[in-house]
Amino acid sequence: MLKAVQVVVVVVTRLTLAVTFFISFLPSILMAAVLPEDRADVLLHSYDGGGMDIQAPAILIRKKVHKNVSITANHYLDRITSASVDVLARASVYSESRDENSLGLDFLNDKAMFNVGYTNSKENDFTANTFHVGVSQDFFGDLTNLSLGYSRGNDEIRKTGDSSFEEAATRQHYRFGVTQIVTKNTVMTAALETITDQGYLNNPYRAVRYSDEFAARGFGYIDENYPVTRTSTAIALDTIHYLPYRASAHIRFRVFSDSWGISSSDVKLTYVHAIKESWVLEVNYRFYTQEGADFYSDLFPFEESQNFYARDKELSAFEDHSVGIGVTYEHAFKAPSLINKASLNFFYTFIHFSYDDFRDVTAVQADGSFYAVGQEPLLEFDAGVARFFVSIWF
Amino acid sequence: MLPIKVKEKLQAQIRLSLIVFIVIVMTALSACSHIKPWVKPYERSNLADNVMKLDRDPVNSSYLHHVYQAREGARGAEGGAGGGCGCN
Repeated sequence: MLKAVQVVVVVVTRLTLAVTFFISFLPSILMAAVLPEDRADVLLHSYDGGGMDIQAPAILIRKKVHKNVSITANHYLDRITSASVDVLARASVYSESRDENSLGLDFLNDKAMFNVGYTNSKENDFTANTFHVGVSQDFFGDLTNLSLGYSRGNDEIRKTGDSSFEEAATRQHYRFGVTQIVTKNTVMTAALETITDQGYLNNPYRAVRYSDEFAARGFGYIDENYPVTRTSTAIALDTIHYLPYRASAHIRFRVFSDSWGISSSDVKLTYVHAIKESWVLEVNYRFYTQEGADFYSDLFPFEESQNFYARDKELSAFEDHSVGIGVTYEHAFKAPSLINKASLNFFYTFIHFSYDDFRDVTAVQADGSFYAVGQEPLLEFDAGVARFFVSIWF
Repeated sequence: MLPIKVKEKLQAQIRLSLIVFIVIVMTALSACSHIKPWVKPYERSNLADNVMKLDRDPVNSSYLHHVYQAREGARGAEGGAGGGCGCN
C-alpha cells in the first residue's frame, strides 16, 4: 500500500513537472525568420579506410526566386571501390556508384518557414525516393525557434547477379527541434527524431557465420535475417558559446536507442577560431560508443539457431574516435559584383574504429595460417575523410 | 495508514510540486501577454557571427553525416537544422 502511494506520488510529481516544463515553453514557442543566403558550393570528397575507397564531387545551390521563396538543388556522387573485410571474406573487390539528386523549396511567411523537399538516390542495386515537409516558427521576441518535420522514404532493394530479387521498404521520420538563445553569447538546441522502418531491412549481400565442424575453417555462412520493422529514437542537445576573441566552443551530445536493442551515445566538441577577417580555423573531437543489436553475433552456434540473425558490424558493439581539423579562407568583394563573398575550405577527419565483438576472419597468423574459429583478432581500422570545397555567396 | 514521517515527506513533495507548477504557469501566462526578450536584437551581433553557426557549411556536414550513418547503428537528430539568431 505504502509503495503504491509512493509510486502514484512520484508519477504525479513527474507528470506535473513535465506539464509545467511544456507549458513554460508555450509562450516562448513564439525569432525573426529569414531565408538562408543565396549560396553555391562545389565539394570534392574522399573516404579511405577499412578497405573502402570512396571519391566524388557534390554540388549544392541555394537561390531566392522571390522575397519569400528560396530553392535548393543538390547533386551528389559516390564512386565506391570496396575491399572491406565483409567483401574479402566471401567475394572479390567490386566498384559501384551512387547518384543522389535533391530539390527543396523554402517559403517564408512572417515568422514561419515552410519547407518541402524531394530526394532521389540511385545505385545499380538500390533506389530510394524521399519526400520531406517541415515547418519552423520563431517565438518569444525571436529568442526561440521551434521546428517540426516529417519525411517518408520508399526504398527498392535489388541484388546484383540475381534478377529475380526485388524487395521494398518504407521509412518515416518524425522530427522535433527547439533552438533557444540563452544569452547574448550562448545558443542551445534540443532535437528529437523518431524513425520507423518497415519492409526488407537486410543488406542482401551480408551473411552470418555459424560453427560447422565439417567446414574447412570450422564455420559456414548463411544469409542474414533481420526483423521487418525497426523503430528508433535519437535525442541531441547542442550548446554553442561565443568567446570574446571571435571564437566559439560547441558541445554536442546525442543518445540513441531502437527496437533492435541497439543503444548508443556520442559527444562532439568543436572549437572554431577566426583570425582577422579572412581565416577561420576549426578543430573537433568526437567519441561514439554503441551496444549491439539483440540478434547480432559474430559466431552463431549452428545454422538458423534463432529467428533473426545478423553479423553486420554496424549492428555490433563498438566505438569510434574522430579528430578533425578545418581551414577556411574567405574573401568578401567590396566593389559591386555578381559575387558578394567566396571561400576556399579544407577539412580532414581521422576516425579510428574498434569493434568489441566482430572478428577479422581474413587475418592470418605469422606462419600464414588462419586463426582457429572464434580466435581471430577483433577488427579495428582507421579511416581518413577529406573534403575540399569552394563556396560563393551571390 | 501511512507512517507520519512518510506522510509528511509526501505532503512536502506535493506542496513543492504545486508551488513550482503555479510559479511556472504564472510566469508562462504573464509572458504570453507581455513578452520581454532578455536578449535584445541589438545585442545579437556575436550570435550572428559566422563562428557561431551550428552548421557553417551544409554541403560539408551532410557528407560527414552520411559517412557516420553508413558505419554506425545510430541515426537521426544529426543536427544541421536551426541555429543562428535570425538577425542577418
